[in-house]
Amino acid sequence: MPELQPRHLQRRYDVVVVGGGPAGLAAALGAREQGAEGVLIVDRESEPGGILQQCIHHGFGLHHFKEELTGPAYAERYLGQVLEHDVDILTDAYVLDVDPSRRVGLLSSRHGRTEVDAGAVVLAMGARERTRQAIRIPGTRPAGIMTAGFAQKLVNMAGYLPGRRVAILGSGDIGLIMARRLVLEGAEVVGVFELMPHANGLTRNVVQCLHDFGIPLHLSTTVVHIHGDERIEKVTVAPVDESFTPRMDQAWDVDCDTLLVSIGLIPDNELARTLGVRLDPVTTGPVVTSSMETSRDGVFACGNTVHIHDLVDWVSQESQLAGGAAGGYATGRHRRADNVRLLPGSNVRSCIPHTITTEREHTIFLRVTKSLAPCTLRLGEVYERPLRYVVPGEMVTLKVRPRFLQGFHGGNLRVDVVAREEAAA
Amino acid sequence: MSETSHYLCIGCPLGCRLEVDTQGDEILEVRGNACKRGDTFARQEHVDPRRFVTTTVAIEGAPWPRLPVATAGSVPKHVMREVCEALHGLRLEAPVELGQVVLPDALGTGIDVVATRSMERR
Repeated sequence: MPELQPRHLQRRYDVVVVGGGPAGLAAALGAREQGAEGVLIVDRESEPGGILQQCIHHGFGLHHFKEELTGPAYAERYLGQVLEHDVDILTDAYVLDVDPSRRVGLLSSRHGRTEVDAGAVVLAMGARERTRQAIRIPGTRPAGIMTAGFAQKLVNMAGYLPGRRVAILGSGDIGLIMARRLVLEGAEVVGVFELMPHANGLTRNVVQCLHDFGIPLHLSTTVVHIHGDERIEKVTVAPVDESFTPRMDQAWDVDCDTLLVSIGLIPDNELARTLGVRLDPVTTGPVVTSSMETSRDGVFACGNTVHIHDLVDWVSQESQLAGGAAGGYATGRHRRADNVRLLPGSNVRSCIPHTITTEREHTIFLRVTKSLAPCTLRLGEVYERPLRYVVPGEMVTLKVRPRFLQGFHGGNLRVDVVAREEAAA
Repeated sequence: MSETSHYLCIGCPLGCRLEVDTQGDEILEVRGNACKRGDTFARQEHVDPRRFVTTTVAIEGAPWPRLPVATAGSVPKHVMREVCEALHGLRLEAPVELGQVVLPDALGTGIDVVATRSMERR
């Protein structure tokens, strides 16, 4: 493998990519393929690949590589492609700021505090996990409480077992996958507690990670108190009613030395905020055009920093597009502005990108608010497609072809997902 | 007298509720599957449930102390823990290449356990 840390940084790069996870790698590749000469990836970890490196289970690459890979294998294949395209990758490094002329302030263990000029910048910082603090569980603040993703890094990379008797709050996919991992590494998982009346993760993960190992899943149940001085000793859990109020008369205690929280991801947008990029209040990520450009000229964004994806394959696809557009921008081929704004309508929580043009083909990523089956996806009055089902946990992708929009001359296009009967009426 | 067994399909995110009707050893019908994969899964799951195993193995001289590994094919569901136990005793030495066999023919299943990433020597 070629050396990752460039000995000398160039003074100017056509494209600087912030983050070397799946989004950053794909953006760098896209930029090179669209003619950008110098491309630099900046990553805070000691090696690129991001979260993929700790996701050692299968489920990656079925769309992109036509083969089901583990996270590390997906990262390695992708990194191989990036390095063939002669991209500089600076690890153990942070982007501190980007000024209006796109001078990028860097801090790295190799080069100290330094600056490079960028023709375009791609934000690919990924996401962070919601923590105990985000949901304010009462009780003491002992050791042994951590996010499921952090436990994943401890177990799968650092080689530490976080505890022997583990309770898991939240049934997101990372929590489910960690339940199985901990059992296979010799810990006992005493239960998964989910506030909602349904599992948050995919059914296939409930089966493979919980049922296969006899781990109980308590639905409509949450952790209401944490006990322990130095180390967590037990949690009190209680069923909740329809308004999610715990029924304390039915509460019970669960002994554990570790509590994992798996309660969702939020786009990491500290840098985007300091850059003054416009953010979408629903996704909490940047508002983006069909070229994945943010409200700031020459600043692009992609991957989980824009909206939470459930398949890395879509991250790669979206990010390759973003990187390509950034490469085009840096080399003086700025695309024409979009002319149609997408508006999330009935049962649509978010819609990425926020705007499209009637001239090119686009992939639109939707997230719905509630499950429906069967249903119809509608784009204003101009297009509709039947869908077998939609669930909030699974992103809906739609290819919008220019011919769908031939007769469309408005500025706003509403996107709805409605029950099939409703659509027929 | 036919019997019905219930399974949840793990072929895709849809998670179909599958019903398998049997008479003795014979599978009469699979119901509830939305696609062909569900049918195949149900028949396999009924007679010989199999899973891939992904875990880690200790490695020396590498940037990380654990190397991610996976079975190269699915193994019988009931041997998953035993496969992991067999791997607990292993100590690998960097460098390791992606796809390198770290445990051939795990527990006589005929399935190798392979590295799912490369790790160079530090």
